[in-house]
Amino acid sequence: MNPGLAKALVNGLLIGMAVVALFPLLWMLSVSFMAPGEAGALPPPLLPKHPSWANYRELFLRAGMGRYLLNSLLVAGAITALSLVFNLMAGYAFAKLRFAGRERLFQALLGGLVIPAQVAMLPLFLLLKYMGLVNSYAGVVAPALASVFGIFLVRQYARSIPDELLEAARIDGAGEWRIFVQIVLPLLKPIIVTLAIFSFLAAWNDFMWPLIVLTGQEHYTLPIGLASLAREHAQDSELMMAGSVVTVLPVLLLFLSLQRYYLQGLLLGSVKG
Amino acid sequence: MNSPCSAWLFVAPALVVLGVFFLLPVLAALVLSLTDYDLYALADIRNLRFVGLGNYWELLHRPLFWSALGHTVYFVAAGVPLSMGASLGAAMLLNSPLARCKPLLRTALFAPVVTTVVAVAVIWRYLFNTRYGMTNYMLDLVGIQPVDWLGDPHWAMPTIIAFAVWKNFGYNMIIFLAGLQAIPPELYEAARIDGASAWRQFRHITLPMLKPTMLMVGILTVSGYFQLFAEPYVMTEGGPLQSTVSVLYLMYDEGFKWWNLGSASAVAFLLFLIMFAVTALMLRLSRRGDEP
Repeated sequence: MNPGLAKALVNGLLIGMAVVALFPLLWMLSVSFMAPGEAGALPPPLLPKHPSWANYRELFLRAGMGRYLLNSLLVAGAITALSLVFNLMAGYAFAKLRFAGRERLFQALLGGLVIPAQVAMLPLFLLLKYMGLVNSYAGVVAPALASVFGIFLVRQYARSIPDELLEAARIDGAGEWRIFVQIVLPLLKPIIVTLAIFSFLAAWNDFMWPLIVLTGQEHYTLPIGLASLAREHAQDSELMMAGSVVTVLPVLLLFLSLQRYYLQGLLLGSVKG
Repeated sequence: MNSPCSAWLFVAPALVVLGVFFLLPVLAALVLSLTDYDLYALADIRNLRFVGLGNYWELLHRPLFWSALGHTVYFVAAGVPLSMGASLGAAMLLNSPLARCKPLLRTALFAPVVTTVVAVAVIWRYLFNTRYGMTNYMLDLVGIQPVDWLGDPHWAMPTIIAFAVWKNFGYNMIIFLAGLQAIPPELYEAARIDGASAWRQFRHITLPMLKPTMLMVGILTVSGYFQLFAEPYVMTEGGPLQSTVSVLYLMYDEGFKWWNLGSASAVAFLLFLIMFAVTALMLRLSRRGDEP
């Protein structure tokens, strides 16, 4: 094949794939600004005739989207902050602190990864019901406070911290907690950012567990609220697209601004496993 | 040396969370699956009876379980190869020295991965609408009759598969891209000097060098695809004619719609066993392939 043709083919295919990947997202944005009923025309319109914020106004004023958005921010924020603390502590300990049975315990944790989370969901619901946490933010947050994946990610990264550094601090009389906060955490900064994005995205996008445990509308997160709206307003394409924009845009922007960290974590968590 | 005591304090919070909210429920699920826990037991625990393997026995005689398993296997068997093929194809294109604007294209191809399943499923439902959807309009332009994508039992699952491939292929693409970049360029140079065609280079260098990556990606993707739930929940509600009810969908309905928690736990365990068996089989087959 001649080089010019090959180059056109490679780039043409790539651009074609990128169009397929992005078109639904761009069209979602465009339709969300259309007037009610406008998107039901043939041929399907690509751009709104008279762009307006009406769908967003409807969503936030009447459909309770503001509440869902706040719930999502609250739940995903709490999960990210708290699970970061738990996973960082455990991951560091599995990498650098010595205690009996450390390797075996870690192997057992990794072994637990083969069990799909859904197996635990039914008894977990009963447990939380017993604890009075069904239909509360805590019911979503508590089970997500630690994750094997997070611990694994931190451990992989923390192994590169030189032992001499920690020993020197111990000889100087620093306590374990102080070593962790003042020496280890600054060294772990890149993995902290990575893990924070992963946790936030996973918590934001999570569907099945919040659907089960959040039984009242006032606690719905965005995906649950959107799914329930989609069942009521199946025909209001414009309104639903605006709802999708509100749900997707925050995570998409977060990813775009920090994608270097995200992709690094993706590789660290899989290839080197 | 740290004291072992302080080390335990560091791991304790995470272990307590995992123990209370994961290990304990998993063990409880095993017990639950051997009981007839239902709405009556939920109201008063004295109504609980131990039924041994009764739930499993009953499930294996229920057509709905087998059809749910069939739909899930269909989704896995068609979705995983398609999605891995798209990932590998995109990764090879991105890895090609001829490609331009790589970082930008990589971001564009990856974007669907970070989106929320529910939100993009809503978009797809609109794109594949029978009357005013973009897909049918485009097909109409080339003279193909409109298809009732999400309303026809034959087409609903393929539409969900196409959706899942679109949504997920970027993830494995990144992993494959890293795998491709780790292949020493000298191998390709030597092959080119020997006059090997592009196909032979792919067949005898790229594929063998990527094999460990492929196996890992394959196992992770298969496990992920067995857990099909949100897509049919939003796009079809399990319909039409229950043609998109997956195993987890059945578990959800059984457990949280009809409150048959005992039987739902049995569904969950059967899914786990099947996933475990498939993973073990994949590992086994790949090991056999390594022997000359």
